[in-house]
Amino acid sequence: MNAKTPKQINREVAICNISRRRLLQGFALSGLVLAVGVPGVLLAEDEPEKFGRDAMPHGWTDDPLVFVAIMADGTVKIVCHRAEMGQGVRTSLPMVVADELGADWAQVEIVQAPGDEPKYGNQNTDGSRSMRHFFMPMRNVGAAARMMLEAAAAAHWGVAVAEVKTGVHEVLHPQSSRSLGFGELAEAASKLEVPERDQLQLKTAEQFRYIGKGKTHLVDGLDMVSGKAIYGIDVTLPDMLHAVVARPPVLGGKVTDYDATEVLKIPGVLKVVTIPGSPPPAYFNPLGGVAVIATNTWAALQGRKALKITWDHGEHASYNSPQFRAEMEQSARVKGGAVVRDEGDVYRALENASQTFSAEYYLPHLSQAPMEPPVATARIVDGHCELWAPVQDPQAGRDLVARWLELDADKVTVNVTLLGGGFGRKSKPDYMVEAAWLSRSMDGQAVKVTWSREDDLHHSYFHTVSVERIEAGVDEDGKPVAWLHRTVAPTILSTFDDSALVKMPIELGMGVVNVPFAIDNVRIENPEAKAHTRIGWFRSVSNVPHAFAIQSFVSEMAAKLDRDTKDYLLEVIGPPRQLNPAKLLDSWNYGESPEEYPIDTGRLRKVVEAVADKANWGKSLPKGRGQGIAAHYSFVSYTAAVVEVEVDEDGELSIPRVDIAIDCGPAINPERIKSQLEGAVVMGISLAMLGEITFKDGAVEQNNFDGYQLSRMADAPAEIHVHIVPADDYDAPLGGVGEPGLPPIAPALCNAIFAATGQRIRALPIADQLEPM
Amino acid sequence: MPVLTINGEQRELQFAEDTPLLWALRDELAMTGTKFGCGMAMCGACTVHVDGQPTRSCVTPISAVAGKSVTTIEAISEDAVGKQVQQAWNQLDVPQCGYCQSGQVMAATALLKSNPNPDDAAINAAMSGNICRCGTYNRIRDAIKLAAKAVQS
Repeated sequence: MNAKTPKQINREVAICNISRRRLLQGFALSGLVLAVGVPGVLLAEDEPEKFGRDAMPHGWTDDPLVFVAIMADGTVKIVCHRAEMGQGVRTSLPMVVADELGADWAQVEIVQAPGDEPKYGNQNTDGSRSMRHFFMPMRNVGAAARMMLEAAAAAHWGVAVAEVKTGVHEVLHPQSSRSLGFGELAEAASKLEVPERDQLQLKTAEQFRYIGKGKTHLVDGLDMVSGKAIYGIDVTLPDMLHAVVARPPVLGGKVTDYDATEVLKIPGVLKVVTIPGSPPPAYFNPLGGVAVIATNTWAALQGRKALKITWDHGEHASYNSPQFRAEMEQSARVKGGAVVRDEGDVYRALENASQTFSAEYYLPHLSQAPMEPPVATARIVDGHCELWAPVQDPQAGRDLVARWLELDADKVTVNVTLLGGGFGRKSKPDYMVEAAWLSRSMDGQAVKVTWSREDDLHHSYFHTVSVERIEAGVDEDGKPVAWLHRTVAPTILSTFDDSALVKMPIELGMGVVNVPFAIDNVRIENPEAKAHTRIGWFRSVSNVPHAFAIQSFVSEMAAKLDRDTKDYLLEVIGPPRQLNPAKLLDSWNYGESPEEYPIDTGRLRKVVEAVADKANWGKSLPKGRGQGIAAHYSFVSYTAAVVEVEVDEDGELSIPRVDIAIDCGPAINPERIKSQLEGAVVMGISLAMLGEITFKDGAVEQNNFDGYQLSRMADAPAEIHVHIVPADDYDAPLGGVGEPGLPPIAPALCNAIFAATGQRIRALPIADQLEPM
Repeated sequence: MPVLTINGEQRELQFAEDTPLLWALRDELAMTGTKFGCGMAMCGACTVHVDGQPTRSCVTPISAVAGKSVTTIEAISEDAVGKQVQQAWNQLDVPQCGYCQSGQVMAATALLKSNPNPDDAAINAAMSGNICRCGTYNRIRDAIKLAAKAVQS
């Protein structure tokens, strides 16, 4: 997701696609850069509001000259401008270009773009947006390049363009049985004008060779299993030094004093350097601390161990997770807080209800914990800082490094490596600033900053901690008539504005205000909560706690009403209808147009029905086994999951099977959609079973994978079945894929545990809460 | 200075003898296929083979492998089983981010060398030391079975 603070929204505005064609003909690239790079330009008041890719910083471009280069030998180089972190984007987006272009995938090479949004359009790789926002532009890129090749061939043969067509990696003139390869046409084609967007002839679905097929192997797959793939941690430069940093254990802490005498005695250690902290808000600034620079990583780590630092822990040293949970629970139990949606009269409806229910759910902080921890390498040559980093938002890193080094952004180059996982952590480039700062302290010599696992777990931008309290009332038929949800959690906004105490629209719009239920009286309240650590975004973000509470609660209601959970969920969702998110007081809707992307309860129902059917919902199971179901709308996609569990006599849980269904609109690369959902299932089980970060006296208590546990192979389901609900056609709006799989997993799992054992889990992680059967 | 055989080649390492093999491979020899994940032998990303045994290089000082033979991911394709494992991984498109997969391939290769036809329980037991945060476990299981078949045929 994109944490759009007011400041960021003002920072830059996407206008690059408005005048692109004229610029290409008239002013070439410098004009393009000037037109899109002006900060602080705001939309005139009479311009319509922008959505989707148009509303992203630096917008988008479909210029084939930016994305495609064809070599004389026929090699087609396609730029991937989004970061690869496991979602397969380096395969899927270039595959779209290649298909429209008519390229043979075997002759395609992928070129990773550096961080340069004025040139490439938005590169902030989160929010499940890459395919959703760039399917159309990448189709245009491929089609435009193909038409330029066709025009070059027609000119070469002296025939009408209408007489030629593109085969596979060649242009044909069927009448004369002549053909020219892409490589033979490349130079002539490059001198032609780029066709206007409204002249582009896109392929029809029947003509696709790669799109929608799911047969394209990962471009980096073989490199990844042979040690050749280069992640951020693998970057190796001449005379490169290695650094680790001792950071303040508590947010806002400062170094009072340090003694490096023993550090400098360690062979390989060269220098000890302080990194300044920053006043709040945290933003993406480094935390500050003391860095040890050495000739190798191990020496730096040993050096850090020998550091003696006295810290002033500051105002957050009283942050203790049990007390904070109790405070949030208190807030959730009294009427009040910001009223963020209010329809009908909930309190009266609850009084008049035939039966009422209430429950409280707790989710702890989580850390993204990508297997590759944060890491970055920087060097400065002649006043130009060049960085290599695994980073989801390279432009943010570029701008921040420029600010810290007091350079213009064009004096900062950010090379984007493969990411060894991101999950939101690598959207925050604090580690890049550290590398740049330390390189400067070494007169520009290359320095790699490596975070240990302890660093990663202690200094994440944590998934928030939350208490969700829901009260509902039903009439004599069990039909829900009142829905009161109090949602309490420190907000992501606190990272950008430390006075923030209530959730911002993007958090509320993740399933809590826009809950699409057919209930007349709905009230959502958001009591205040203060952040005492850096709150960030973790895959699926606020959808995780919201879906856990809401989908657990519906299952609880069904059980108490003696109704089938799936049937009751469908009744609560209500009949198929299209809801305007804005009318549900969701002003965000994942940045997409409320008209183009209404919340379609028909689609939500359909994934529920599909997954129930595929999982054989309601099948008879032996004692100790049960099924649970949950559904959720997120990132403008619809998902539903059925989890089947088995709990043995000792309270040990295993998961024989998980089914998950998604409707994400057109499925561009079904193979990677499947892999993303498989991964989401495992991650959902991981956070539900094991995930918890706790604070004591302001500092994180978990140090490594012994304390912060992640699912391992033995914890994974025996079987995962992914079901993709097909879209009508490729013109249907695309939904997200990377994140929507996660939210339904934890509630479906806990609903299954209830079905198997009668035990209801309301606080995650499940850990050792399961009682012996 | 410890002398050891790495991927069939004799190497004399200059780093301090308490340096874990992981950091000697990565920082001294620029062999970066072996990954850092935890530094405490809890995630398996750094798995190499020492005299054929899967070993966590992040907690193995170079002094402890002097005179021994180390195989890393960079050379596993030269092993008949390792080659099949890599091909199975590619055929099923196992990786997501791919970062842990060096260690997964090393662990899976060692498993198949000791147990050519492992069942789910054997796979779970052998592979549970290797964390994949992206959650590719089900495909890893399938790929190990696919590789097992290929090795046998």
